[in-house]
Amino acid sequence: MSSTKESAKRSSRTAELPLPEEKLKEMHRQMLMIRRFEEKVGQQYQLKSFSGFCHLYIGQEAVLIGVTHAQEIGKDYVFTTYRNHGHALVFGIPPKEIMAELFMKADGSSKGKGGSMHFYDGKQHYMGGNGIVGGHIPLATGAAFASKYRKEGAVAICYMGDAAVNQGTFHESLNMAGLWKLPAVYIAENNIYGMGTAVSRACAEPELYKRTEGAYRIPGIRVNGMDALEVYEASKKALERARSGGGPVFLEMVCYRYRGHSMSDPATTYRTKDEVSEWQMKDPIERLRGQFPDLFPEDYVKNLDKEIKAEVEDAIQFAKDAPFPEQSEIWTHVYADYPGYPGPEVNPNKYAFDYAKFK
Amino acid sequence: MAVITFREALNQALMEEMERDDQVFLMGEEVGQYHGAYKVSQGLMDKFGEHRVIDSPITENSFVGLGIGAANVGMRPVIEVMTFNFAILSLDQMVNNAAKLRYMSGGQFSCPMVLRGPNGAGGSLAAQHSQALEQQYVHIPGLKVIMPSTPGDAKGLLKAAIRDPDPVVFMESEKLYNYKDEVPEDEDYVLPIGKAHVKHAGTDVTIVTYGRMWTHAVKPALERLEGEEGISVEVIDPRTLRPLDLDAILKSVAKTHRMVLVEESWPQASVGAWICEQVYAKGFDLLDAPIERLSHLDVPMPYARNLEDEIIPSPEDVVEAVKKVCYKR
Repeated sequence: MSSTKESAKRSSRTAELPLPEEKLKEMHRQMLMIRRFEEKVGQQYQLKSFSGFCHLYIGQEAVLIGVTHAQEIGKDYVFTTYRNHGHALVFGIPPKEIMAELFMKADGSSKGKGGSMHFYDGKQHYMGGNGIVGGHIPLATGAAFASKYRKEGAVAICYMGDAAVNQGTFHESLNMAGLWKLPAVYIAENNIYGMGTAVSRACAEPELYKRTEGAYRIPGIRVNGMDALEVYEASKKALERARSGGGPVFLEMVCYRYRGHSMSDPATTYRTKDEVSEWQMKDPIERLRGQFPDLFPEDYVKNLDKEIKAEVEDAIQFAKDAPFPEQSEIWTHVYADYPGYPGPEVNPNKYAFDYAKFK
Repeated sequence: MAVITFREALNQALMEEMERDDQVFLMGEEVGQYHGAYKVSQGLMDKFGEHRVIDSPITENSFVGLGIGAANVGMRPVIEVMTFNFAILSLDQMVNNAAKLRYMSGGQFSCPMVLRGPNGAGGSLAAQHSQALEQQYVHIPGLKVIMPSTPGDAKGLLKAAIRDPDPVVFMESEKLYNYKDEVPEDEDYVLPIGKAHVKHAGTDVTIVTYGRMWTHAVKPALERLEGEEGISVEVIDPRTLRPLDLDAILKSVAKTHRMVLVEESWPQASVGAWICEQVYAKGFDLLDAPIERLSHLDVPMPYARNLEDEIIPSPEDVVEAVKKVCYKR
């Protein structure tokens, strides 16, 4: 652990901080919140508090926090994959609503109808949590198109995994974004594995950042995704370029997920425990602490951790106590406008024909 | 009343809606400089500019997805696919994104976009370019599907579709673009989505048909049916396939007690199969004979014209079907 702190140490004197103290502390708090929240979510899943798919973000926190601090929250449009619990937390959905959604309860942020992969917050322009690999890349491109059309000055930020870079939608979307100079920043969270398949086994060109300049004239930049400040600095530049009409940017964030692809993946068949330990030595939260030791003394961290853990426990209790959705919710939100869409009393195969209607 | 072509009706609808709302834009292959592969967007780029009429690369999956994304953040895109044969590439976007975002988000977002283009046979275009694929969209909760059969229906329903807050799949036909008929000259002619139309009133048999089959197979059969055969025919055109105006169909069958359905698509698990099932399930006691359903023959479309003509329901097929449900030899 010490080697990380030594080599990455930056000055902790206020005058030389790269960002204001509150911002650095907030970055740390948010990463720690995601970490503790995800640890508990994994535990609750194993305790069978809920089921289905569950993809944890543990290890990748610096990517999300670095980008989010560089963007204009509530203005820029954010799209991501199913690995989106961290995004839900960072874009202001209260932890108890996130937990309730996971527990399939009515008080969840999507009213219990979305689940682990589908968190959204309209006000913050957090456009979700998407289940189809690469399926949201055109959506983000559409938001960038709308921003340019309406001269909003907003940037569409599109997170994706390393494997999504092989999807047709990536290439089609970047072609259009590059052609029309759309205000978009595409971010591949390269955690080395697409589920169980290493990048080197899936990509003819495994250095992802090299794949966009030649084909789409979009600059591709590789970033150390385990360092929140490096992510912040790279994102700031990328967002500025996209926002000012300079065209889209592709960022390859090299990071690592400590857990498996999902809760069903023990991650033992395609990688070694040694590899995991190696990456844990580069832990992003420890790294930030190590860079500014004066800002993060031991008792400060201990107290913060206690607070956060208590908040997460509260969220779990809230989720446990919340009710399941009403049966009537089956029929709501299918359409924005379809008065009379079959409600619970009219099931197509149980509809009793009223002959009197047609006399 | 003006007499205009189906193509002109669509063009007018697009012009009017784009003037009315600056959030409406048209995107697709060749819609701009080429004026549309079928000239439906004639003159639109000249009038509204490159900003609002966008020629896209050949990338159906992603430009349909781009439209959906723009709709999610409040715009009203009209995305043109050159034909619905090519829209199969964008099914993931329509099924997994357009249809579901509102539901998965618990009502936080909507998707007011229109996916439009020609559907079905175009004449000697062979297997990959002649498919009628409405069934793919009608199956999906969250989508609305419209299939107009006349210029008037096309204009009124396209305007309604563009204004609708839900994703609408608007299916035209290459063979209808030149078809001329009367269209009301109202300043703002908008028709309701989800309401069927009685194309022809009658008392002895109900024919349910939609899209090109009205003018191709059913209308030409009426003269012989009502003249020589002495059968009074009522034609119900649902116009909207999802949500379906089943009540209008049942109301007609309650009067006639016999039904024929004529559709352009393949027979297995088609939209027509669903409509017939619904009539059997809810109007069983209304029927005096089993429903006769006319569809494409269940094969890919061959190139030879004589084979194509045999495969698509014809006026002669309609006459035979009506006589059959009337138990006439």
